[in-house]
Amino acid sequence: MKISFILNGKKIEIDAPPDRRVVDLLREDLNLTGTKEGCGEGECGACTILVNGESRLSCLMLAPQLEGQKVTTIEGLASAEKLHPIQQAFVEFGAVQCGFCSPGMVLASTNLLQKNPNPSRAEIREGISGNFCRCTGYQKIVDAVEAAARKMKI
Amino acid sequence: MTGREIPKIGKTVPRQDALSKVTGQEKYAVDYYARDFLWAGVKRAGVPHGLVKKIETEKAQALPGVIKVLTYKDVPGTNRQGVVRKDQPVLVKEKVRHCGDPIALVLAQDIETLRRALDLVTLCYEPLPAVLDPEEALKESAPIVQEENPQGNILLKGNLETGNVDLAFKECDAIVEASFKFPHQEHAYLETEGGYAILKEDGILEMTVSTQTPFRDRSEVAEALGWDQEKIRIIVPYCGGAFGGKDGVSVQTLLGLAAIQCPNRPVKMWWDREESFLASSKRHPCRLHYRLGAKFDGTFHALAASIYYDTGPYDHLGGVVMALGLEHAGGPYQIPNVRLQAWSVYTNNPIGGAFRGFGVPQVTAAMEQMVDMVAEKINLSPLEIRLRNRVKKGGKNSLGMNLTGSVGLEECLIKVREHPFWTEKEKWKSLAGPFRKRGVGVASVMQGMGYGPIVPDYGNAKIELTEEGRFRIYSGVVDMGQGNATTCLQIAGHILNQDSSHLELVLPDTARTLPSGSASASRTTYTFGNALIEASQKLKHRLLERAAGLFMAEEMEEIELRPGRIKHVPTGKEIFLPDLAKILDESETVATHTFQAPVAKEFPTEDQALKLHGIPHTIFSYGAHLACVEVDELTGEVEVKRYLAVSDCGKVINPQILEQQIQGGIAQGLGYALYEDFIVQGGKAQTRNLSTYIVPTSLDVPDLESIPVEIGEPSGPFGLKGAGEIAMDGPLPAIANAIADACGIRIFRSPMTPQRVFKALKEKEEGNS
Ligand code: FES
Ligand code: FES
Repeated sequence: MKISFILNGKKIEIDAPPDRRVVDLLREDLNLTGTKEGCGEGECGACTILVNGESRLSCLMLAPQLEGQKVTTIEGLASAEKLHPIQQAFVEFGAVQCGFCSPGMVLASTNLLQKNPNPSRAEIREGISGNFCRCTGYQKIVDAVEAAARKMKI
Repeated sequence: MTGREIPKIGKTVPRQDALSKVTGQEKYAVDYYARDFLWAGVKRAGVPHGLVKKIETEKAQALPGVIKVLTYKDVPGTNRQGVVRKDQPVLVKEKVRHCGDPIALVLAQDIETLRRALDLVTLCYEPLPAVLDPEEALKESAPIVQEENPQGNILLKGNLETGNVDLAFKECDAIVEASFKFPHQEHAYLETEGGYAILKEDGILEMTVSTQTPFRDRSEVAEALGWDQEKIRIIVPYCGGAFGGKDGVSVQTLLGLAAIQCPNRPVKMWWDREESFLASSKRHPCRLHYRLGAKFDGTFHALAASIYYDTGPYDHLGGVVMALGLEHAGGPYQIPNVRLQAWSVYTNNPIGGAFRGFGVPQVTAAMEQMVDMVAEKINLSPLEIRLRNRVKKGGKNSLGMNLTGSVGLEECLIKVREHPFWTEKEKWKSLAGPFRKRGVGVASVMQGMGYGPIVPDYGNAKIELTEEGRFRIYSGVVDMGQGNATTCLQIAGHILNQDSSHLELVLPDTARTLPSGSASASRTTYTFGNALIEASQKLKHRLLERAAGLFMAEEMEEIELRPGRIKHVPTGKEIFLPDLAKILDESETVATHTFQAPVAKEFPTEDQALKLHGIPHTIFSYGAHLACVEVDELTGEVEVKRYLAVSDCGKVINPQILEQQIQGGIAQGLGYALYEDFIVQGGKAQTRNLSTYIVPTSLDVPDLESIPVEIGEPSGPFGLKGAGEIAMDGPLPAIANAIADACGIRIFRSPMTPQRVFKALKEKEEGNS
């Protein structure tokens, strides 16, 4: 079936079977491999994308659910020449190790700061608790989100 | 590494891989979807032990969209793989030895067809009684897992002894005894095993995979598949986590087999989480029986330990893991009378393998609790008893070996003793709310570095001045997230006085980079870094000499290497590096260097097998950990409120990367202590996914304080020692000791779940009343 939606600011139309998982659609059909898959069962958050600004697990979504929606993947977060402040902070604060969780973490954090521009460390921990990271111990991710929040206010 | 600054040693430079990872641009092995690719997948046994009667593939083969169904009959080589002993089949022939054993390999046009076809393959087998308990496995009557092994179910056993243990126990004023039991721990790297392969027209079998060991894999694939090693190319992008779990072959031989059956077609394999849990290696479950004796003054006098590692059905790295555990079983203490015995035992449980710490977390978890138990008995503070018995440089360790490398354990323990978490602990503890108890626990840790005395432990660095005038570093060791690639650039940039815009990196690729061993054993930066320092210096020297000739300089001091150019200081003349590169011969633009790690000169044993498996090491990192916990007496729940790790990993090259390693190691150790339980019943995994296997989330890990004590190791690159594993060793014992401090209970196993803690609290209460 034909599905049209806005992907990273551009309107697209794509043919996909109705049971196509969104994570496969993005990675395989659209070559947007920044969206990762770590479990396929909604447990790890690696496949997080933003749908109308809300973080969603693309491994649990089917292609038709995108119809008419505004979708942002990690590839579409930064503008051409400038990183998003959260991405910038992840780089500076050492929040990236193997990096496999990073796209999902960054998008979940984006959603968090949109809802709560001034979160405490505990609120940040709460906000990213659906995203699993096996490498960092989370501290530097919390540091990065905290710093990004400060920066985004100025 | 970004920006225009010249990287300094000892200063944080942001990781060069962070930008591409955080924008989703970095391609991992699982991110390739070549045009026209095929999916390959594995049918797994699902039973722990049985004789193969028949493998039925016809139905699967007949399914439209299925390209091939392969069994052992289709494997052209030895069909054997393994790191030390080749005792693991690529595809099972006669006998199934664990549930995850591969029976058939299916190639299909799309993933749905693949899944359906895998369901249609059936294994007809005759069940055999399974070997499920490592101590039972040693009995005469136990069924045999590996028929060819002359020692029955013993893969390797080891014995280390000093002094006169039996007599020494009689001389002790206090003796404590305990048994411990720790389960499998699953790596749960976020990127499961995967990659793609293609057999090219020129006969080269090329694969891009997530592995820690490309060069070793290449020879394993060659042997198992009967393919010329020179015609195999393994390319390793950044891995999405590994932690030891990608040390050795996972998809490589299977992908290779699939590819050679379908020339010119790219083949992709990507294990889902359940398959990864089922088939991948795990931290060895371990049983330990310890006895420790001390004198009234707190000096350790005698230690005896028997340790059983359940290695599953294949050697993999089970012998080496056991040997490292055995070597560390006495902890970083001087003990005059010691008897340590360890077994690595074949069973039909999941495969035991390398996992951060490599056998050491298990023994540390036991020994460090024993230390607290004996300290309590003679009424000495846990820190004082550790300080009293600690190893020192030039002194002996518990195996009677003289320590020749740097030893910073005393400094670590003193830092803990001076820290407010320790000095103000009584006050902190008194602030626990109602029905809550607080406690503070410590643990000493140590971790040997490298391969030990026999297996050559070398790094081969290569660096090149490119036509564009940049320095290209050929990294031989995989970066699975530790950040060693960045450290390489930092080292080369520092020596060559270049900013990141003049540096580039080639990730491990058997066709381009030089073999430098595995990304494991806390050796990566130590070994490769040492090689890279020399290679960079060689190249620098050569370039300066050539430039001096061009400038007709009188002294070498007149010539300086600057970012992108070389300057003759007295005249101000400059030559740009691209121009210099043009006039140099190829042999002059490349420098290589081999560094071989030092090995111990004395041995605690004459047992050749133990030496071969890595005993002893000569350089160790050390540390002291402190955990502050709060126990909910109504639920048994344990919360880690604060955590401090003081580490002696030598001089620090990049403080941020060291912190990453320490914090990440603590988080995995905290999971090991409190949550992670890979449950295996009757040889079958009961924890099949991330909803039942509980890894720490951002809510479970507190802020972690990491303090390095920077005592340089003279043999290390800029004084560095390994830091990748050591932080994993501390959390379990530190948390256990903190729980004991809070409530006066010990669980003697892990994870210390609310149920277990609650039960122990109840038993204590009943015992008191
Ligand atoms: S892949 Fe979607 S939550 Fe793990
Ligand atoms: S950085 Fe590896 S999983 Fe988060």
